[in-house]
Amino acid sequence: MILKGALGVLLTLVIIAAFALPITPQPQSWLEFPLIPGLEEKARIIFFHVPTAWLSVMAFLTSMVFGIRYLRKRDMLDDIRSSSAAGLGLLFCILATATGAVWAKFNWGSFWNWDPRETSIFVLLLIYGAYFSLRSAIEVEEKRATLSSVYSIIAAVTVPFFVFIMPRIMTGLHPGAKGDPDGAGPVIEFKMSPNMRVVFFASLIAFTLLFVWMFTLRVRAARLESHLQAKG
Amino acid sequence: MQPDERYGRRWLRATSAVFLKDWHAELRTRYAINALGMFVVTTISIILFSLGGEPASPEVLAGMLWVVLFFAAMSGMSRTFVMEEERGTAMTLQLQAPASAVYFGKLLFNLVLGAGLTLLTVVLYAVLIEGFVIRSYGVFIGVVTLGSIGLAAASTIIAAIIARANTKGTLYPVLSFPILLPLLMTVINATRLASEGTSWADAGGEFQILISYIVVVVTTSYLLFEYIWKD
Amino acid sequence: MAIRIHAEGLRQVFSRRTIFSGISFSVSGAGVLLIAGRNGSGKSTLVKILCGVLTPTAGWARIESDGAQDQFGRKAMIGLVAPYLQLYEEFSAMENLRMSMNLRGYRPSDDVSRGLLDRVALDAQRQDPVRGFSSGMKQRLKYAMALVHRPSILVLDEPMSNLDADGTAIVRSIMHEQRTAGILVVATNDLTDIDGWDTEVNLNAAR
Repeated sequence: MILKGALGVLLTLVIIAAFALPITPQPQSWLEFPLIPGLEEKARIIFFHVPTAWLSVMAFLTSMVFGIRYLRKRDMLDDIRSSSAAGLGLLFCILATATGAVWAKFNWGSFWNWDPRETSIFVLLLIYGAYFSLRSAIEVEEKRATLSSVYSIIAAVTVPFFVFIMPRIMTGLHPGAKGDPDGAGPVIEFKMSPNMRVVFFASLIAFTLLFVWMFTLRVRAARLESHLQAKG
Repeated sequence: MQPDERYGRRWLRATSAVFLKDWHAELRTRYAINALGMFVVTTISIILFSLGGEPASPEVLAGMLWVVLFFAAMSGMSRTFVMEEERGTAMTLQLQAPASAVYFGKLLFNLVLGAGLTLLTVVLYAVLIEGFVIRSYGVFIGVVTLGSIGLAAASTIIAAIIARANTKGTLYPVLSFPILLPLLMTVINATRLASEGTSWADAGGEFQILISYIVVVVTTSYLLFEYIWKD
Repeated sequence: MAIRIHAEGLRQVFSRRTIFSGISFSVSGAGVLLIAGRNGSGKSTLVKILCGVLTPTAGWARIESDGAQDQFGRKAMIGLVAPYLQLYEEFSAMENLRMSMNLRGYRPSDDVSRGLLDRVALDAQRQDPVRGFSSGMKQRLKYAMALVHRPSILVLDEPMSNLDADGTAIVRSIMHEQRTAGILVVATNDLTDIDGWDTEVNLNAAR
C-alpha cells in the first residue's frame, strides 16, 4: 500500500516535470531545461524511453536469476516469478522499441536504422519471443520450467558478445554513443543538465518501483490461478 | 569383463561410443549425406537464380554464404537429439552413459557434420558464384573453421532443448537465431574482410570474439546439459 | 558386498497433479521389492526415480553400498528392463550389446555378449538387425542389455510383457538368480509374475 502510494506520487511528479517544464536556450531557473541542438522538444523522450529500455533489460536478468533458482531448488514458485518477470520484460521491450522508433522517425528520418542500441533491443525482443514460444510448446509444467530456465541462461551468456561486436560493425546514432566520432549522427553532444538529471533519475527510480509493483501483482495473480487450477 | 581403471579413459570410451553410434547409424541411412547435401545444392541454386548473373557486392555474398550455412545447420543438427526422443532411446542412453559423455559425443558428431556441410557449401559457393572472391585465404579458412565450430556448439545445446520439448523442427531456428546472432554477425563481417583482403592482425578482434564465443557456449552447455537431459 | 535401496518421503507432481506422495521404504540385498498399483498409479515413475533418471518433486531415493563406489555412480549398479526403454533398431543384437559395454565404459567382449544372448535364446539371431525382431525377441534382448554389467540391482517394469512360455521361463530363472545375488525390483500388476517378495510398495493408497 505504501509502495503503491509512493509510486503514484513519484510517477505523477515525474510525468508533470517531464512534460510541463519549458525548454529554453538560456535556462534562468531550476525549472527550465536547457535546449540541446538537434533534439529540442524531442529531448523529453529520455525521461520515459531510457527507463523503459532499462526495465526490459532488468526484467530479463530478474527472469534469469529466478530461472537459476528454479534449477537449484525445483520450486514452481520460482518459475512463476521467472516467467512473470519475462512477461513484463517483453511488455517494456515492446514499449521501448515503439517509443524509440517513433522518436527515430522524427529525429533520424526513419523508424529503424540498425544503430547498435536498436540492434540490441531487437535481439532482446527475439530472445523474449523465443522464450515464450518455447514455453507455449511444452505442456508439462516442470519440464517447461526447466527448459525455459536453461534457455534464458544460454541467451544471457551470449548477449554480452554484442558489446564487443557492435562497435566493429556499425556506428552509433544514439545521443552520447561512442561510435560517433566525427558527428555523423544528428546529435553531436549530449549532456544532461543537473535538473534534467534529477528528473531522469527520479523517473528511473519510479519505473523500477513500477516494475516491482507490477511484478508482485503478476506473481500473486499467477499463484492464485495455480491454486484455483489445482483445486478445480 | 572390467571397466577401464581410470575415470578419464572410461569417460572417453563412453563419449566415443555415443559419437560412433550416431556415426554408424548415419553411414547406414546416409540421411545427412543425401538430404543435407541436396539442401545445400538447392539453396545455392536458388541464390544463383535470384542473382540471375548480376554481380553482387562482397558484403552481400559473404552474408549469403552464412545464410546457407545457418539454415543447413538448422535442418540437420537437431537430428542427433530428436531421433533419440522419437525412438524412445533417450532413456536407454541416459541409463548407460554419463550426461557429459552424451553431450560431448553428440557435440563431436555435430562438429563433424558441420565440417562436412561447411566444406561442401564453401566449395560449391566458390565454384558456382562468380562474384565471390577471397583475397586472404588464411583468414578465410580460419573464419570458416571457427564459424562452423561455433555453429555446431550453439546448435547442439538448442537441439537438446527442442528434442525435450517435443516440438520437432519448427522452433529450432527460432530458438537458435538469437543465440547464434553474435556468431553470425562476426563471421559475416570477417568473411567480408577476407574477401576484401585483410591481414591476420586486422581480423584479430574477430578471431578473439569467435574463440571466446565457442568457449563460453561449450562451457555453459556442459554445465547445463544435465538439467536438460534428466527429466 | 551389502547393498540397500533406501527411499524417504518420495513425492512426484506433474503439472500440479500429484502422482504419489509419502513413499518411504527400504530393501536390502538379497531381497525383492515389489512395486504394485493399478494403471496410472505411478509405478513407472517410481521406477524412473529409483534408476536416477527422474528427480522427484520431494524426498529422495538412495542406493547405499559398502563396496567401492563406481565412478559412473548409480548407472553402474542398476539394470533396467521396461516397455518404454527402446533398443537401437538399426543395429544387430551383438552391436547393441557391444555399444552398451562401450557406453558403460567397459572393454567390449564378444564372449560376454554371446553368453548373454545364449542365456535369452537369441544366439541364432545375433547378427540380425533388431528392426526385424518380434516384440517378444526385443523383450529378451532388453534382458541381455540390462545384465551386461552384472548389476547388483535389477529393476523390471512389466517383466513378462510380450513373452511366450519359453521367454517367461528364462525370465523366471534370471529373477531367481538375481534375488539371491543382489536386489530385484519388480513393478507389476500381475502377482503371478513373481514368486514372493520381501518389501511391498503399494501405490494405490499413496495419493
